[in-house]
Amino acid sequence: MATTFTKIADVTVGSGGAASIDFTSIPSTYTDLVLKISARDNRSGSNYTDDIRMRFNGDSGSNYSNKVLYGGGGSTGSFGGSGMDLMYGGYAVGTDATASTFGNSEIYIPNYAGSAYKSASVDGVAESNSSGGVYLALEAGLWSNTAAITTIALTPVNGSTFLEYSTATLYGVNNA
Amino acid sequence: MASTYEPIATYTAPSAQSSYTFSSIPSTFTDLVLVADYSLNVSNASLWCRLNGDTGSNYSFTRLSGNGSSASSGRGSSETQARITADATAQASSTRQIVTLHFQNYSNTSTYKTFLTRYNSTGGTEAFVDLWRSTSAINSIQIKYFDGTAAIETGSTFTLYGIKAA
Repeated sequence: MATTFTKIADVTVGSGGAASIDFTSIPSTYTDLVLKISARDNRSGSNYTDDIRMRFNGDSGSNYSNKVLYGGGGSTGSFGGSGMDLMYGGYAVGTDATASTFGNSEIYIPNYAGSAYKSASVDGVAESNSSGGVYLALEAGLWSNTAAITTIALTPVNGSTFLEYSTATLYGVNNA
Repeated sequence: MASTYEPIATYTAPSAQSSYTFSSIPSTFTDLVLVADYSLNVSNASLWCRLNGDTGSNYSFTRLSGNGSSASSGRGSSETQARITADATAQASSTRQIVTLHFQNYSNTSTYKTFLTRYNSTGGTEAFVDLWRSTSAINSIQIKYFDGTAAIETGSTFTLYGIKAA
């Protein structure tokens, strides 16, 4: 029987940092994808957290939409957008956050190789014992494209570089 | 070596269906994960589930929702089925929706069954915690529209996975 949950690829950022984390040549042989991220980037200032930009198949067009539910330790809220050029892929913590802390995210993409638009379930957290900029968020994302996902690109939204020890692992899930 | 994460069953609706049931679920795993990628033929509709065919008032839930404008929370108690999607989000008929359910220790016969649900659609995102007040091992999971009057549309997929701790 084929293995159900298989690592496709993983990336660990080295000492020089990385402007992006990329998964390419994703095979279409699985049913679903799971992406797990642990990230810190070079965003500085009182915003201790940064968003991660996620794009599929190099698409930087206005083909993404989302609904987000978040909590920030003292506030809660929801926001959404359409016609965006990115899907949020969770959180990285910035340089002013407590040392050695990283944001964590898990992204589930069912039927990523099917012929429908691509939906994603994104759960992201950033907890760094800081006085602010801590978040827990749930996101419903949509990429309005019927192509199979073959690449995933992750970049910081406000910072420019993922820092050393950031990791991302892509898994394929087989339903048979 | 035994597989940790195994598909137990998968179903693709060949036509509109009022419900789907995973039955004869083996008790040999530690946890269950159910993944659904579906649409309904009515707007603003939600899926519910029943375990082991129990129609008694043995279910409750608490949910957290974001519809893109506001966050909200709600709950239900002594329900006759467990709510798992779309309590405070709105979507048109035939909107694609995805939901994952995590049943931990589903075959434990000493505890009530708590399961966690994540739901997403263009109408919003939600998280549920559901409780089934029964110490029975879960051996069937029925996914259905609230009162069965609406249909799960053709092409909707449901997959049940088992996870082994050892």
